[in-house]
Amino acid sequence: MRLFLLLIALFVLSVLSLFVGIKSISIVDILHWTSEDWMILTLSRLPRTLAVLLTGIGISICGLIMQQMTQNKFVSPTTAGTLEAAKLGILGAIVCIPQYGALYKLIFAFLVTFIASVIFLKIADRIRHKSIIFIPVLGLLFGGVIKSITTFFAFQFNIVQDTETWLIGDFSGVLQGNYEVIFICLPIVIITYLYANKFTVVGMGESFSKNLGLDYRGVLLIGLLCISLTVSAIAVTIGTIPFLGLIIPNVVSLLYGDNLRKTLPYTAVIGALFVLVCDLLGRLIIYPFEVPIGMMVGLIGGLVFLILLIRKR
Amino acid sequence: MSIQLKKIILLTVVMLGLCALFLTYGLPTNWAYSFERRSYKVFAIGMVSCAVAYSSIVFQTLTHNRILTPSVMGFEAVYLLFQTVIVFMYGDKTFSVISAKENFFLSIVFMLGFAFILFKLIFKKENHNLYLLLLIGLVLETLFHTISSFLQLILDPNDFLILQGTLYASFNAINYDLIWYALVVLLGCFGIGLTQFRYLDVIGLGKAHAVNLGVPYFKKVRLHLFLIAALVAVSTALVGPIIFLGVLVTNLTYEMFKTYKHHILIPACCLVCFISILGAQFLVEHLFSFNIVISVIINFIGGLYFIYLLLKTRTL
Repeated sequence: MRLFLLLIALFVLSVLSLFVGIKSISIVDILHWTSEDWMILTLSRLPRTLAVLLTGIGISICGLIMQQMTQNKFVSPTTAGTLEAAKLGILGAIVCIPQYGALYKLIFAFLVTFIASVIFLKIADRIRHKSIIFIPVLGLLFGGVIKSITTFFAFQFNIVQDTETWLIGDFSGVLQGNYEVIFICLPIVIITYLYANKFTVVGMGESFSKNLGLDYRGVLLIGLLCISLTVSAIAVTIGTIPFLGLIIPNVVSLLYGDNLRKTLPYTAVIGALFVLVCDLLGRLIIYPFEVPIGMMVGLIGGLVFLILLIRKR
Repeated sequence: MSIQLKKIILLTVVMLGLCALFLTYGLPTNWAYSFERRSYKVFAIGMVSCAVAYSSIVFQTLTHNRILTPSVMGFEAVYLLFQTVIVFMYGDKTFSVISAKENFFLSIVFMLGFAFILFKLIFKKENHNLYLLLLIGLVLETLFHTISSFLQLILDPNDFLILQGTLYASFNAINYDLIWYALVVLLGCFGIGLTQFRYLDVIGLGKAHAVNLGVPYFKKVRLHLFLIAALVAVSTALVGPIIFLGVLVTNLTYEMFKTYKHHILIPACCLVCFISILGAQFLVEHLFSFNIVISVIINFIGGLYFIYLLLKTRTL
C-alpha cells in the first residue's frame, strides 16, 4: 500500500464518519440541510472525527518513540504503566482541585505520567539485557502497582465505585469546546519527526550516545515530555485505549521495515485509520448504542498482539 | 534446634496469638453465633493463605525470579470472564441453573483448561520460554478483562448486581458453601505437592542443572503449573483476586529464611501469608470499621514493596 492510497482511504472514511450517527444526515441533500443539521455536524460529528484521527496518530507515535528509546518492540503506553499513571494524575486532580477544568487535569496527569516514565526507564535500563519479554511483563505489573495506588485513594475519597471501567476510552462525549486539548498531538508529531534518529541512538544506551556526541539527557527528556504530554492529553479528553501504541508500530515495522524517517508517516496514517475503523464498527455493532473505543481497540489490539507474539517465536 | 526451626515456631506462636485475638476480641454476650462465624472466617483465610503461598513460591522457583506470581498469568481473569459469561447467559436465573458447587468446580476446570492451552501453546517448540508464557498470559488477561467489561456493559443492571457479588469478593463475604469443597481440592493438591519438594529444590538450580541431575524437567514443570492453576482457582473462588499478595509474602519469607529448601520455605510462607491477611483483616474490622476493602490495602502495600524490589535488585 502506498502512502497516497492510505491517505485517500483515510479521507473517505473520515467523510463517512461524519454521516454515521443517531440523526441521519444525508450527504446527497447537502443543499437542503437545515441549520440544525449544520449544527450537529460542526458541534459533534466534526470534532469527533478530528479527535479520532488525532488519537490514532498521537498514541501510535508515542508507542514508536517508546519502542525506540527502550530498544524493545513490546513497550508501549499500555506495557509501561503510562496509561495507569495518567489515570492516577486525573484522579489526583479530581480530588485536589475539583472546581478546575481540563487544563489542570492535564497538568496533574502530565506530572504523574512523567515521573512514572522516568522510573520505568530506569528499571528498563537496568534489565535491558535480560530478556526482551521481561520488560513488558514488568511494565504491565508496574501499571498494576500504580492502579492499586489509584484504587486505594479512590476508596479513601469514596469517589470511584469501580476503577475497572473508569476512564475507558470513549469518543461519544466529544463536543466542540471540550476536546481542544488533544491538538497538543500535532506539534509532538513534528518534534518526533525531527528527533527520530536521535531517539534511536538514545535507545542504544548512555555511553553509546555520548560517544556519538549526543546530548543524552536532553534527548531523553524531550522524548519523555512528548510521551507524557500526548498520553495525558488523550487520557483527559478521551480516556485510555489499551494496546494501540503497541500494535501499530509493530505492524508498520513488519510491512515497511525500520527506517524511522520513512515509516513515521505510515505509522501516523495507519494508526489514524485503525482507530477510525474501530470507532465506526463500535458505533454500528449495537446501534443505536455504542461500544466504547477502548473496548474495541482492546479486543482487536489484544488479538493482534497475541498473533505477533506467537509468530515471533 | 536449627535457627530456621526456631523462626518457624515463633511464627506459629504469633499466628496462634493472632487467631485467638481475632476470635475473641470484642465478642458480644451471646457469643456462640459470632464465634462460629469468626471461626469459619479464620479457617477460610488459612486455606487461602496456604493456596497463595504454595502457588507463589513454586511459581517463582519455576520461573527463576522473585517478583512474578501466578496472578500475572491471567488465571483470575479467566475466572472473572467465566462468571460474567454465566450471568450473561442465564441472567437472573443463574442461581437456579447452576449451583455454587457446580460453579466452583467448573471454574477450576476452566482454569486448568486455560493452563493446559497456555502450556501447549508455548512448550510445543523445544526452545520454550517461560517469560513468553507470562507475557501471553498477561495479554490474555487484558483481553479477557475487556471482553468481561463489554459483556458487563450490555448486561441488564439487575443481572449486573448478581455479578457484582462475585467480582468484588472480600474476606467479609467469603463463599461459605464452598469451604468444604475448596478444602478437598486444597488437600488433594498439597498431597501431591508435598512429595515434590526435592525436585523443586533441584529445579531451583536452573533447567540445565536439573536436567543434568536427572529430573524429568518438562513433566515436573507441567505438573506444577496444573497444581498452581488449581490452587489459584481455590483462592479466587473463595475471596476474589488479590494481585500483589503473593509478591509481598514470598519476599518477606525469603528475607526471613535465607534458604532455598522448599520444605522450609513453603510452610514458612503459609504462616507469613496467614499472619499478613489476618492482621490486615483485624485492622479492617476494628480500626477502619469496615470502611476499606482488604484487597485494596494488601495491593497498595504489596505494590509499593514490588516497586522497591524492582529498584533495589540488580539482577532480577
